[in-house]
Amino acid sequence: MDAAIEVADLRKTYRGRRTGAIRAVDGVSFRVERGEFFGILGPNGAGKTTTLEIVEGLRKPDSGTVRLLGRSPWPHSPELTGRLGVQLQASAFFEFLTAREQIETFAELYGASKARAAEMLDLVGLAEHANVRCEKLSGGQQQRLSIACALVGDPELVFLDEPTAALDPQARRNLWDLMRSINAEGRTVVLTTHYMEEAEALCDRVAIMDAGRIRAVDSPAGFVKGLDAPTKVTVAAGQLSGERVQELAAGEPVAADEAAVVFETRDPRKLLTALASDGALEGLSVRTANLEDVFLHVTGREWRG
Amino acid sequence: MSLDTAEVRTERTERSGGRAYLSLFKALGRGWIRDRSQIFFTILLPLMFMVLLASVFGSGDTAASRIVAVGDVAVLDGADPDAFTVTEAGDLDEALAMLRDGDADAAVVQDGATVRIYPSATNSTSGAIAEGRLASLIDDVNVEVLSAAAPGEPVLETEVEEADGGSLRPIQYLAPGILAWGVAISGVFGAAGTIVDWKRDKLLRRLRLTPASVRTFLGAKISVNLVVAVGQTAIFLAVAALGFGLRLSAWTWFAVPLVLLGTLAFLAIGVVIGGIAQTSPAAAGLSNLVTMPMAFVSGAFYPLALSPEWVQAISYLSPMRYLNEALQSVVVYGEPPSAVLPQIGFLAAFAAIVALVSWKTFKFDEL
Ligand SMILES: Nc1ncnc2c1ncn2[C@@H]1O[C@H](COP(=O)(O)OP(=O)(O)OP(=O)(O)O)[C@@H](O)[C@H]1O
Ligand SMILES: [Mg+2]
Repeated sequence: MDAAIEVADLRKTYRGRRTGAIRAVDGVSFRVERGEFFGILGPNGAGKTTTLEIVEGLRKPDSGTVRLLGRSPWPHSPELTGRLGVQLQASAFFEFLTAREQIETFAELYGASKARAAEMLDLVGLAEHANVRCEKLSGGQQQRLSIACALVGDPELVFLDEPTAALDPQARRNLWDLMRSINAEGRTVVLTTHYMEEAEALCDRVAIMDAGRIRAVDSPAGFVKGLDAPTKVTVAAGQLSGERVQELAAGEPVAADEAAVVFETRDPRKLLTALASDGALEGLSVRTANLEDVFLHVTGREWRG
Repeated sequence: MSLDTAEVRTERTERSGGRAYLSLFKALGRGWIRDRSQIFFTILLPLMFMVLLASVFGSGDTAASRIVAVGDVAVLDGADPDAFTVTEAGDLDEALAMLRDGDADAAVVQDGATVRIYPSATNSTSGAIAEGRLASLIDDVNVEVLSAAAPGEPVLETEVEEADGGSLRPIQYLAPGILAWGVAISGVFGAAGTIVDWKRDKLLRRLRLTPASVRTFLGAKISVNLVVAVGQTAIFLAVAALGFGLRLSAWTWFAVPLVLLGTLAFLAIGVVIGGIAQTSPAAAGLSNLVTMPMAFVSGAFYPLALSPEWVQAISYLSPMRYLNEALQSVVVYGEPPSAVLPQIGFLAAFAAIVALVSWKTFKFDEL
């Protein structure tokens, strides 16, 4: 079976009269297997949207090839687009239609039923807003509607371009659940995001993109492991004597000030057990390396997503 | 929610061609109906223009002149009641007061063989018309008197025939022009505005990723505009006929294909504008820049025959000219469609050329 997506050496340069040439995508290659949850993580202007648009067939690359479900996205073919679900970064709706009319129109375009449209509206929590005109929905509601429209055609492959960007924390968590369940049903999902924790929570594999290039691709756990960074364990100051602190650190780096003691350890289990038996758990926090550290490591730049 | 098998999918996509067109037509049509500004531009604005122009050009040449007779005015005895409404005043002062208040167009005093006419200065146009009619009435009476006095003597008689095949009241002349103009602005503004909207809201990009083709979508959009144009024409002609006394010929139905053809030409112009403009105000401004001159040189509001020669010369470039002429011929003069074949040809050629230009210059990438 073909891969869901196969991309080889994509390049795209925007030429503006005033801005000059911008290399938005600069030699991108990756492969997404069927059923995979694939994330593209990168700061503003990294080239995520441009990459996605080329893969979807909305833009023609200057060079490079794309295979989607085994075929080229260009020229437009209903057989292929019928199997895709797309949520674009900017929501696009028919003017003056209500949420229900909107999704029913999309349902008809994909040959799906009204019942399916209603089901999707319900799934993204917009059932109560079904009769509200799209322009009157809040930003987050519009985003959810646009995701519902992406799912209404029962797609095999779903593209979500920063789906959680305008959402409040609660809605973001709900959407995470939704995305997990879409993926669990066997659909391939490609997601772009600014959020480290989102990529970590959802993706099987993550591509870290910066300045038009993919810097590294791995699973979130693989990245963190490859980073081989120590775990930071913090407790409130005043619970341990200076001697005890040095003893627990056992030669690993430790920093103490009047508020807190911060251990950097490779064996967090042992340290935590010792702290527990000392009864020194006040103000405890444990922070393992995350994609933020990975980003710093991979790009050599601080994350400013 | 389950993944369909490949066969189910192919069947589904095959079915969706005509359905996609219908659902897009429905979605776009609904959007149109709910957009108040569209209704205003397409339906109300032309009607407002008709009310305005009909009252500016007035119905003065058809309404009877209101005459105040002071004392006994024998010459008015034979007056045609269609041309004169006669009231009486006790004395001249009372009659002049009526003129000042605009209640009459002229006052008349007959003193033996002298008929004194006081045309209204308040309403000088109707005053002049009344004066002219009274003068010709007096001439008629003189001719009668003279021929009675000298029966063998030949006298000249005048007979006035209205040109252009019958009485042409202002509405007969104005209605086709305003309709052509209404069709033009809704076509040009509609298409230009829509394209700028698409650039902004990226709807077309999203639709390109559905199984429906862009062609289906454009087809649905154009269909909505064509249906709108037919509705606009029907409402406009109905109001003109019922409210303003426009007499519709038996060939009036042929206005429908004419308006459809005109709409295609104007939509194409709008697409070119929409391709150039980046914002809604820019689209509206450019649309004005194009439709205003097009309307002024088309003869829609002012007879071309009375316009300067250079206006007549550039009028040949205005598609509105041909639409206006063709509508006037079939709707007002009742000429058969064969009589407007040249206009149809010009409109079709114009639509084809502009459509080609818009197709060639349009940057689909921006949508
Ligand atoms: N249509 C365009 N014309 C010209 N330049 C563009 C266009 N779209 C994007 N760019 C430029 O290309 C670069 C990559 O943009 P892109 O939208 O792909 O980034 P992104 O990773 O999606 O960013 P964000 O996280 O902000 O959505 C940016 O520098 C942007 O300014
Ligand atoms: Mg983006």
